[in-house]
Amino acid sequence: MKIDRRTFVKAAGALAAVGITGAPGLAFGAGKKVVVVGGGTGGATAAKYIKKLDPSIDVTIVEPNEKYVTCYFSNEVLAGERTIESITHGYDGLKKLGITMVKDHATAIDAEKRVVKTAGGKDLPFDRCVVAPGISFLFDKVEGYSEEVAKTITHAWKAGEQTVTLRKQIEAMPDGGTVVVTAPPAPFRCPPGPYERASLIAGYLKAHKPKSKVIILDSSSKFSKDGLFKQAWTKFYGFETDNAIIEWRPGPDAAVVKVNPAGMTVETSFGDEVKADVINIIPPQAAGKIAKDSGLTNESGWCPVNGKTMESSIAKGVHVIGDASIAGAMPKSAYAANSQAKVAAGAVVAMLGGKEPGVPSYLNTCYSIPAHNWGISVAGVYKVGEDGKIASVPNSGGVTPMDAPDWAHEREVQYAYSWYDNIVKDSFGG
Amino acid sequence: MANTSKKLALLVGGIVLGLGSIAQAADAPKPAAAPAPAAAPAAAPAAPLVSGASAEALANTCAGCHGTGGVSAGPASPTLAGTNAEYFNDIMKRYADGSAYSTIMGRIAKGFTTEEIALMADYFAKAPFSPAKQKFDTAMVKEGGKLHDKNCEKCHSEGGKVLAAAPADKKPADKKEKAAKKGDDEDEDDEEAGDEWHILAGQWTPYLRYTLEDYVAERREMPKKMKKAIEKVTAKDADKGLAALLAYYASQQ
Repeated sequence: MKIDRRTFVKAAGALAAVGITGAPGLAFGAGKKVVVVGGGTGGATAAKYIKKLDPSIDVTIVEPNEKYVTCYFSNEVLAGERTIESITHGYDGLKKLGITMVKDHATAIDAEKRVVKTAGGKDLPFDRCVVAPGISFLFDKVEGYSEEVAKTITHAWKAGEQTVTLRKQIEAMPDGGTVVVTAPPAPFRCPPGPYERASLIAGYLKAHKPKSKVIILDSSSKFSKDGLFKQAWTKFYGFETDNAIIEWRPGPDAAVVKVNPAGMTVETSFGDEVKADVINIIPPQAAGKIAKDSGLTNESGWCPVNGKTMESSIAKGVHVIGDASIAGAMPKSAYAANSQAKVAAGAVVAMLGGKEPGVPSYLNTCYSIPAHNWGISVAGVYKVGEDGKIASVPNSGGVTPMDAPDWAHEREVQYAYSWYDNIVKDSFGG
Repeated sequence: MANTSKKLALLVGGIVLGLGSIAQAADAPKPAAAPAPAAAPAAAPAAPLVSGASAEALANTCAGCHGTGGVSAGPASPTLAGTNAEYFNDIMKRYADGSAYSTIMGRIAKGFTTEEIALMADYFAKAPFSPAKQKFDTAMVKEGGKLHDKNCEKCHSEGGKVLAAAPADKKPADKKEKAAKKGDDEDEDDEEAGDEWHILAGQWTPYLRYTLEDYVAERREMPKKMKKAIEKVTAKDADKGLAALLAYYASQQ
């Protein structure tokens, strides 16, 4: 069976094409089942776009939480500039599109038997599966740290309860106190995130507790948008002066390897002990647990995929998107997950119809707001290479230029807010 | 590998669709060359990139900032749906080469070929426009309407909502009619009149304000006629004049 790609491109846009392709038993999605594991930005977007492309496909999302709290913009909650409610989103929009929500934990994805098993005892059969489990934390890489300890010494790297806890701790801290934020080794979710977090905490401290400071203990010696962050720190937070509200200690020496919750100290790989009033440990990360449990990860702890379709290189019929995937040059960001989800959705619908998936196009846009009304961004445009790896289009993308005027940074804040409203609506809206 | 011929077909398909301007074309095997896909990845430092994404696949990448189907939820990113294709092509080119200022779009525009941008332009031109639901200063709307009628209506007709009011394919005819009536003497400006279909009514105010600021500060080139019009709008009180115009456009929901 040969199908001309151009025919497919036309057909993908026109559902009227169902059944005219002359592939017996391979009519477009009718009666086909797709199970999406994880209702974050990637999973929600994939489900929505599959349903949009072919409403006859039965789409189910397995997600244990009633609502999703976006990790993006949760740093503004820490600084008191936004409520947790404003970053919390339900699934009514997706349900309205006819997507089934199963409130449960996925415990296994069996690619051979094509079934997702849940903690609640359900067996959800699928023709194709989309896995978007986000990240898991490697607690054992930081001695003394655990899921239990994280209830008080937060990571807050999955937004929700811990975001609120951390906010309260910072609010309760007396003036003159110290906040420690640790940054994990790459790769991790939201590469500029730890630095934006420290910046926004510094902004809050400057306004409310000016004798306090925030110390970043980094696993790395350079980081995303580092020139711009340092520029912001110098401009707003007295970086590298005696009155610095923000201090950055580079890796590998400053990498935190141990935490002592009782004594409120952390220890770096160099052996330095740092005492703090509030400790926020962003631990080393790997793909979400279900990905590892289902054998979708390689030795790196992340999921290798074919960049043309986001299909797992390990398990046929299973697509892995978002933070959990090894998406070549793309960072682990919400925008990347949203973009990958649409490629996966197109591929899933095509493959269910026995067609060759279209050529993908990927984008990333990521804003950080290190100070009030002062935003910065990074963007990237990507294509798949002939080798199946996602790569940057040469001479494109990059970060906000250094020394841009304040009005330009102000615009970037407004565009950052637009980014938020639009990506949330595109991913979760009906 | 069973997939090889398909892959190659895709690649060639992509090339036919016009990726002439991919920068690493120098590393890429000649499209017509004998199939050697096995050797290529190993030999080249980076595998050649595959182009040929559909208009929809390309346009989908914009939604995270510009909204699903190009209708922005705001508060600042502009709605792309309904944008005149000629304008879209032109401004993306100018963002990419830096002749029109942008915070981020230039960096993104550089990642797409002329052909890819043209596909997106057609896609968004056909996408239904929906006016932004936003607040505006009601007291200024009337004054803004007057300023618009006097200075802007000639090009941004129907209160600046040309696109929302009529199907995109009718526009060029309107334009030609107008040009014909006027005669050919004002050639140069009419050449630039692609701008005249850009959405003003119902577009997000911050975006329109930034664009006006960029025009006034000469961060993007203003057609001569527009320059004169803006001078008139801003003659008495620059801030007030522009604010009134923006209120008028925002009021058209």
